[in-house]
Amino acid sequence: MNLELNGQPRSFDGPVTVGAVVDGEVDDRRGVAVAVDGEVLPRSSWDTTTLHDGAKVELVGAVQGG
Amino acid sequence: MDEPLTIAGTPLRSRLVLGTGGASSLDVLERAIVASGTDVVTVALRRVTDRQPGSLLDVIERTGVRVLPNTAGCYTAGEAVRTAQLGREAFETDWVKLEVIGDERTLLPDPVELLDAAEQLVDAGFIVWPYTNDNPIVATRLADLGCAAVMPLGSPIGSGMGIRNPYNLAIIREQVDVPVILDAGIGTASDAALAMELGCDGVLLASAVTRARDPEAMATAMRHAVEAGWLARRAGRIPRRLYAEASTTDEGRADLLGPDTDGSAG
Repeated sequence: MNLELNGQPRSFDGPVTVGAVVDGEVDDRRGVAVAVDGEVLPRSSWDTTTLHDGAKVELVGAVQGG
Repeated sequence: MDEPLTIAGTPLRSRLVLGTGGASSLDVLERAIVASGTDVVTVALRRVTDRQPGSLLDVIERTGVRVLPNTAGCYTAGEAVRTAQLGREAFETDWVKLEVIGDERTLLPDPVELLDAAEQLVDAGFIVWPYTNDNPIVATRLADLGCAAVMPLGSPIGSGMGIRNPYNLAIIREQVDVPVILDAGIGTASDAALAMELGCDGVLLASAVTRARDPEAMATAMRHAVEAGWLARRAGRIPRRLYAEASTTDEGRADLLGPDTDGSAG
């Protein structure tokens, strides 16, 4: 199935959870957050939410900023 | 400073909030945080790329400071609310430094979008620290909506122009009951001291420290400036006078005029 992750196309073999996508990108879940199709997804539901084909996923993390 | 700055029931050790943007390295940033004595730092959220998102968090954990996530770069209430929600999930905090910018050249707040976002976030249980214009009416509206503090600018973000309208800050301080934190425009230590002397309860700054030639030294200067301004405000300055007022009494002054004068002068 295909996703758009941070604006880039990504393909996965079969269904994938938000938690699996996060773990594929970062070593540590601290300080990151996820929005799917513009809606912020609580951390507590990452592992139980399966993404639909064509989902737009934004994965953000802490950067320096005023 | 015996009386702590308290935001929504949380007392803070320092009246200085340090923005983390602009530091040349995380090592420089860490030394500046420690030197500043702050216990709150702002951070932003951006797409995860190859950079290691953990390392800034490591600095924050080592220094023991609290995170104040910001909504930097948002131009609409909708974007700002979602960014605040991302911050809540990322850092497990209800605190948010709310920025809704109207224009990329001035980075001045858009008060219409700001008020809309503030209302939505307060209703959703956030502790909202809004970055706002130095407009007393907007500041009052933000406080009335339930924001935990109001953060008027001294001058545009990163401009280092100091406090361009001290009288508006004084009016804001008189008109709202929540803490007033000067945010943006500080160039050097005297600007921070002036903010506190005008009655501000705290100062938030980033570039003045992170882009100084020696960030650690400037962070130390800012810590002292905020403390000095706070103490001076509490101590009560003398009134301004057009003419001098001697601090030494004339009474008992010796007659040192020579015998060839008649003593009538002086």
